[in-house]
Amino acid sequence: MGLDVDWAVRWLTLSAQAMADHRVELIELDRAIGDSDHGENMDRGFKAVMEKLAEAPPATPGAALKLTAMALMSKVGGAAGPLYGTAFLRASTSLGDAEDIDPAALAAAIQAARDGVVARGKAESGDKTMVDAWTPAVDAAAAQAAAGDGDVVKVLLAAAEAAEAGAVATDPLIARKGRASYLGERSAGHRDPGAVSTALILRAAAGAAE
Amino acid sequence: MKKLINDPRAVVDESVEGFGLAHADIVTVSAEPKYITRKDAPVAGKVGLVSGGGSGHEPLHGGFVGLGMLDAAVPGAVFTSPTPDQIIPATLAVNSGAGVVHIVKNYTGDVLNFETAAEMAEAEGVQVRTVLVNDDVAVEDSLYTAGRRGVGGTVLVEKIAGAAAERGDDLDAVAALGDRVNQNVRSMGVALSACTVPHAGVPSFDLEENEIEIGIGIHGEPGRHRIPMENADGITDRLLEPILSDLGVASGDKVLLFVNGMGGTPQSELYIVYRRAAQVLAEKGITVERSLVGNYITSLEMQGCSITVLRLDDELTSLWDAPVHTAALRWGI
Repeated sequence: MGLDVDWAVRWLTLSAQAMADHRVELIELDRAIGDSDHGENMDRGFKAVMEKLAEAPPATPGAALKLTAMALMSKVGGAAGPLYGTAFLRASTSLGDAEDIDPAALAAAIQAARDGVVARGKAESGDKTMVDAWTPAVDAAAAQAAAGDGDVVKVLLAAAEAAEAGAVATDPLIARKGRASYLGERSAGHRDPGAVSTALILRAAAGAAE
Repeated sequence: MKKLINDPRAVVDESVEGFGLAHADIVTVSAEPKYITRKDAPVAGKVGLVSGGGSGHEPLHGGFVGLGMLDAAVPGAVFTSPTPDQIIPATLAVNSGAGVVHIVKNYTGDVLNFETAAEMAEAEGVQVRTVLVNDDVAVEDSLYTAGRRGVGGTVLVEKIAGAAAERGDDLDAVAALGDRVNQNVRSMGVALSACTVPHAGVPSFDLEENEIEIGIGIHGEPGRHRIPMENADGITDRLLEPILSDLGVASGDKVLLFVNGMGGTPQSELYIVYRRAAQVLAEKGITVERSLVGNYITSLEMQGCSITVLRLDDELTSLWDAPVHTAALRWGI
């Protein structure tokens, strides 16, 4: 089985739910090493995504992700708006007009999203940013897709688990990008809020397929 | 949390609406997408100046829209950069054909959103130049941080680049003057207490009763280190020394000295800080040619201040003195 536009809409709906449910947690994480706005911004951004989905239902997964990119870019603000906007836009471009996504296309889309984040934000692995959740997800998805049993759900689960582990692994890191970098060594001991929101979005993608 | 608000999520909307009503002689407010323009924008033949950033720093930036300063200000949510869907129409609205300068404080979100907007405005045929302000000496400028933040110096960049645009300088000249101010200005701040973002509901960071945060940014994001509370002269020395050494000012130099309140510190205390800073500069043989004291780039209700020193030359001084008519700064007109 593959992933179609209904999956994409379920994914985005679950993502919006996750941002609302974890709004306070993300604000708290950001309060520790940033400026207390990540949960609020992501919640507002995904609420805008839901409005756009209701206004103009997309025909393909790629179209759903493009609409998401535009809504996040225009409504989130902060660094997360352009970063997630670019991620969803690149993933959308990678998927093209396909009505159904197979494991290889899925892994390629996740990689395109990560590459977009890196191109925009110029962060590298270990800088204590969302890249530290994206890159393990890219690697895990590629490995699972290459395993070749054709199961897209396994690819999504592998990406979600790797992103969650990647987010946890940001705890001891010293931030080198974004507002947390101003704290220097004092940023260690806190989880990166962008890595956490990335893990939430990828977990929602898996949840929507199960 | 006690605040004079109706709804935490309507703070920016209602505040900007009130600003527009109070200053209808100077500005026009667009509610959706949200931006503030000079009433007579676009001014024929003049380079447009657009700045913006998170709300919560008032009067920055809306309070500096008007003759001799900004043509448009784009307010984001509290402490959150505005988005391209606001910045692009603001840029188009103030473009007379002479191009637009974006004045951007060096924060990751502001830079990414203005960069995206500039690309898209250029695709619409508007020439855009960007002046990046990064005057905060509290942050090490290295590969390992997002670079120095834009703080108090932003006000001076906006005033002087605004005066250059008003006298008819072309796009590249206005941007070059903005860059020149940025190269000659340094700042550093201190927080005595945290501030509370309305939608967060709790203070942005925790400071003990007897602690202060040296090197605070303007978003309530913690600074570099925490020390026990000291008297005003001691704190002033701690802020001023790194500014002067980084700027490399020496005896005989002329400067503008700007003591800025973070929102919750009374003017009387700002003058105590100014007094000490002026004494130190005088001892070093540095002439304070111009001064500014007050709440101009704030952090909600945070207690604290920042000190900004700009090295002046005759041209910068004359542009500083040029007429300005905005909600927060007005002279010569």
